[in-house]
Amino acid sequence: MLDSVDRTLLQASGISMRLGRLQLLEQVSLSVSEGEIVTVIGPNGAGKTTLLRILLGLLPASSGCVVKCPRLQVGYLPQHLTVDPVLPLSVTRMMTLTAAHPRKQIQSALEETGVAHLINEPVQGLSGGEFQRMMLARTLLGNPELLVLDEPVQGVDYMGEAKLYELIGRIRDRHGCGVLMVSHDLHVVMASTDRVVCLNRHVCCEGQPEEVSLHPEYLRLFGLESGTTLAVYTHHHDHTHHLSGAVHPEHHHTETGSGGQP
Amino acid sequence: MILDDFFWRALLAGAGVALAAGPLGCFVVWRRMAYFGDTMAHSSLLGVALGFLLGIDLMLGVFAVVLVVALLLFAFQQQRQLAGDAVLGTLSHASLALGVLVISLMPWVRVDLMSYLFGDILAVTVEDLLWIYGGGVVALGVLLWIWRPLLAVTVDEALAQAEGIPAMRLQLLFMLLIAGLIALALKIVGILLVTSLLIIPATAARRYSRTPEQMAVGAALVGVVSVGLGLTTSLHFDTPSGPSIVVAAVIFFLFSVVPLPRSS
Repeated sequence: MLDSVDRTLLQASGISMRLGRLQLLEQVSLSVSEGEIVTVIGPNGAGKTTLLRILLGLLPASSGCVVKCPRLQVGYLPQHLTVDPVLPLSVTRMMTLTAAHPRKQIQSALEETGVAHLINEPVQGLSGGEFQRMMLARTLLGNPELLVLDEPVQGVDYMGEAKLYELIGRIRDRHGCGVLMVSHDLHVVMASTDRVVCLNRHVCCEGQPEEVSLHPEYLRLFGLESGTTLAVYTHHHDHTHHLSGAVHPEHHHTETGSGGQP
Repeated sequence: MILDDFFWRALLAGAGVALAAGPLGCFVVWRRMAYFGDTMAHSSLLGVALGFLLGIDLMLGVFAVVLVVALLLFAFQQQRQLAGDAVLGTLSHASLALGVLVISLMPWVRVDLMSYLFGDILAVTVEDLLWIYGGGVVALGVLLWIWRPLLAVTVDEALAQAEGIPAMRLQLLFMLLIAGLIALALKIVGILLVTSLLIIPATAARRYSRTPEQMAVGAALVGVVSVGLGLTTSLHFDTPSGPSIVVAAVIFFLFSVVPLPRSS
């Protein structure tokens, strides 16, 4: 809204999704512009992954429409990807899963996400953070204009989470691509996101992270479950103005306090 | 001529099936479809029964029924309303029971049920050999053609789809291949042991492989050697040949799971 000079990469309007009697999504509208990081947050079962899949064209919506830039190059990091140990797969192989790429390009993509030293390792030996960094490097291979990241920090410890979000911010700066990601909580993602969409089947509220964090709808969804979450949250909020992304030890309590999803 | 000897015909037939079953079996293992394959195999008795009933080639009957069951399973998987293993179990035993039932209702057909349940590799004819090698070459050719995209779908369906791979079509094609292999392998190890030729060599090859391709080749080799060992054992000790082949493969599997002093 603020930076209207940037090209809109993806525009979804009035997306609804019904599955039997279940209303998964209702009248969801969302847009991502070039160079913008949009984060969708919401409780479990809020329809975040369903929404991403509709936006990617993997699922047909019951109603509504998605308009994408012509020939939009999308890099996708899916949720809950684990490679069965029975399948021998190296990092290089994972990078070239759907298309061949020159080794130099693979190397530089992995360098960018800081895991180039793992290039010949079996993917099952990677830690949660290393795996997600490899997957992030994968999304860079096709020179994407839009990154769609479904829970990019899953399986990553708290310290790693903040670093990974920083990395996503740097990737956006370097490549100028738009980023649409799903996150389970606002606390860590806050410093590196431009716009937050709070989703609970419908868009509850939307705006800059500071606005959303004070929005009554957001507080109703995330805050009122436990009083401590709200208290610690405010504390965290104070800090983000001074140190962008810097992690304080107290924040670890924030994570454990708000970790229990509704 | 070598093909005049029943033992060599059996060996060639078994080796042919094992060569195709190795790489296909890797995908069965990677995609966690072991029980799925079992269900398809069990339904092949119904195919045999229908083959007799309609007077068509038994292999064709088996192929058709197995394919229909596979498509049914696939449809069930897509809707996710019923638990997958319950559907598999139901279809598996329903088709096996129905097969026995239909055969028993045709008193004019003299069927040696044991030979279908456990295979009759020593009765392989030259015509069977042609079928096995013709079908095997086609199956491996198709698999080679769809190797990379099928592997991508196996790792993650959504990821593959998002990167432009027609996941649904590939999975259907893969099931077509498995149905074909089950029809070809029926005579070798029989209905109850068909899946073992797919799964055991692949699992045995896992430990010694660093890439999916190594595992596929390894599985084919383990399968061929198991056929050789099993048939030789069968010849010398007069044991049933199908189960002997399976036991030989299981020995390879055991070697691959026992911890070695210098394991990597």
